[in-house]
Formats: sequence, C-alpha cells, structure tokens
Amino acid sequence: MTQIKILGSGCANCKRLEALTRKVVEEKGVQAEIEKVTEYPEIMKWNILSTPGLVIDGKVVSYGRIPSEQEIAAWLTAK
Amino acid sequence: MKTKLSSLRLWLVMALAILLWGLAYSALQPLSSWLVYTALKMPADSRLAESLAFFLYDVPKILLLLSGMIFLISVLRTFFTPERARAMLGGKRQGLGNILAALLGIVTPFCSCSAVPLFIGFVESGIPLGVTFSFLIAAPTINEVAIVLLLGLFGWKTTLIYIGSGLLIAILAGMLIGRLKLERYVEDFVWQVQLSQPAEDDQLTWEMRIQRALDSVRDILRKVWLYVILGIAIGALIHGFVPGEALAQVMGKKAWWSVPAAVLIGIPLYSNAAGVIPIVSALMEKGASLGTALAFMMAVVGLSLPETIILRRVLKPQLLAIFVGTVAIAIILIGYLFNLLPLA
Repeated sequence: MTQIKILGSGCANCKRLEALTRKVVEEKGVQAEIEKVTEYPEIMKWNILSTPGLVIDGKVVSYGRIPSEQEIAAWLTAK
Repeated sequence: MKTKLSSLRLWLVMALAILLWGLAYSALQPLSSWLVYTALKMPADSRLAESLAFFLYDVPKILLLLSGMIFLISVLRTFFTPERARAMLGGKRQGLGNILAALLGIVTPFCSCSAVPLFIGFVESGIPLGVTFSFLIAAPTINEVAIVLLLGLFGWKTTLIYIGSGLLIAILAGMLIGRLKLERYVEDFVWQVQLSQPAEDDQLTWEMRIQRALDSVRDILRKVWLYVILGIAIGALIHGFVPGEALAQVMGKKAWWSVPAAVLIGIPLYSNAAGVIPIVSALMEKGASLGTALAFMMAVVGLSLPETIILRRVLKPQLLAIFVGTVAIAIILIGYLFNLLPLA
C-alpha cells in the first residue's frame, strides 16, 4: 500500500494536485492511501517553503508546483 | 543520441516561436488601425474609434509581452528557489541581510498562497524576523506581471523607478520591523515547528526549465487575462472620454492628500498588477502625478487583503498591524518623494 500525502492548506493548486494524483492512482491501478495535510505545523514538518507538496512513502517528491501526470505515474511505479 | 536530437528540435521550435512572436508584435499597430478605421470605417476623429483602436492595440500587445517576457523571467527563475534563498540568507545579519532578502524576493518565484510555509521555514531556520519581512514585502510588490505591464505601458524609466522604490520599501520596512524586536508577536506554534531536512533540490535539464517556464506562462495567463482585458478597457475609456488634465486637481502634485488617499483606497482593493496598471497609466495621462500613481499601484499590488488574512495565521494582530502600517507609511513617503522630485 503506497502512502501518499498532499501538503497544502487548501489553495487552488493544492486541490488540482489532489485531483491529478487521484486520477493517476486510479488509472495505474495503484493501491494507495491518499491523505490531505492541511495544518501548517504538520505541513512544515516536511520543511517545504512552497505549496503544494507531494509526499510518496515518506519522501517529498515535489513541492511548489503541480507535476505532470507522467511524473506522478513515474514516481508511483518506480518503487 | 536520442536526447541530443530532441534537444536540437526543442531549440529549433524555440527559435521559430521567437520569430513568430516578433512578427505578431510588429503587426499589431497597423492591424489595429486597419481594423478600426478601414474595416469598421469609423471616423478618424471620433472618441469611440480612438478608444477602440487603443484597446485593440493594447490588449494583444500586453498579452504578447506577458507571454514572451514571463517565459524568459520564468526560465531565469528556475535557477532561484525559496530553498536556495533561505540557504543564502542563513546567518546574515540585519542590514546586509535585508538588502539581500529584498533582492532575492524579486528573483525568487513566489505565490502569496505560500507565504505561511515560507515565513515559518525562514524564521525557524534562524533568519531574523526583519530580514524575512524584507523578502515578504519585495516578493509580491515587484512581481513579473507588474514589471511586464510597466515596461509595456510606461517604458523602462518608470519600471526602474518602481523596482527601486519597491526595494527601498522592502529594505527599510524590514529593517524597522527587525529593530522593534517583535518576535513575541509571532504566533507561538511557529517556534515549536520541528523542521526536517529540507527536500532535495531538483536537478533540472534545459528541457525541464523550458517546460516549467511554459507551465508558468500558462498558469499566469490563465490567472490574469481577464484583468488585462478589463483594465485596458477601463483605461481605453478614460483615454478616449475623460478630458485632458481633468484629474490634475484631485490626483496631481498639488493635492497633498492624494497620496495617503491613494494608499488607503489601494490596500483593500483586490486586484492584481494586470488590472490596475493600465488604469493608472490612463489616469496619469489625464493629470495624475507619478508619485500618487506609484503609491496607488504599490498599495494594490504589494499589500493585498488576501495575503494579510493568510499571514494572520502566523502573526498576532499587533505584528500584522505593524507590518501593514509600516509598509503603508513607506509607500506614502515614496509617493511624496516622487511628487516632489522634478521628474517626468
């Protein structure tokens, strides 16, 4: 089971990242649990300075931008 | 071998895009006049025709300028990240730190939606509060959209004056906030956050830089195109229908109260540089003075209500009020300065 966290306080880009991630997870048939992290103290534990952030299995894979579908798919299947 | 080829193709496509951009840009003026005066057969001396020609020329011009220049600025900005800015500012003292922070605030990509993580990440890693504020004031005030609009509608002189003033305000307000020792007015949870190791920097190839710059052009255009059209439409109406010098009495140099009034109106006004700069450009043509116009633009762009509300999460009301007050006063002083200086 892949653990995915979306870091962001609910800005428009955070919602777009969440939707995109869900889409890729579904398309690739990945077994994943997606959690939204919206509280700043929790977000800042990952030490990112710009949101949204994407964490896959305990590792920040991107922050401050919305990665492409291909990138997300590559991260999900790489492990 | 395969990557070499695709990168060659990328550069060819870029060259072609630049060529097309240049052709489109140079065709704008003749095309808009032809459309209004020849195709629509509007009389040359009518105010409506003048406004329409102005609008039909300025909208595509600004949109073209935005896409071209934001692309270049975005490529440049892939070399600067908030993480790198933080690393550079670590261990810097007041003064030099404020200057560096304001400069980094200009070149580092910044979105006011990320103001809170940035604030926490900066102060938690030991960057002084005043230095952090210098960054947080410069970043939204001197943004890429404002720079493009100023260049397109006012020329490079006013653009440099705007950038210089923004830097000065960010440096001075940050230094003052630093001197006042206001750390106790930062929300307590900020000091308790435990930062982990920062995430690794991406290693970017040129293809990735160009791809990201294209993404940011698309994002920014999607956000501002409506403001550009509305702003220029209002500007065009002012240009065509408000008599010359009509505003000299209320927004000119002699009306001393016009500067603070411009700032007070500007702070709560929710717009962005794309909407406000075309209107200000038309107002100046009708007699508003440079200092008053500058103060208004900076108040709208640099101090926004949404950002203030976001920052309330990490700043207690006292510090929030000092922050807004200090920046507002600094903008007012800059406005007076440029109204008094014998400039343009």
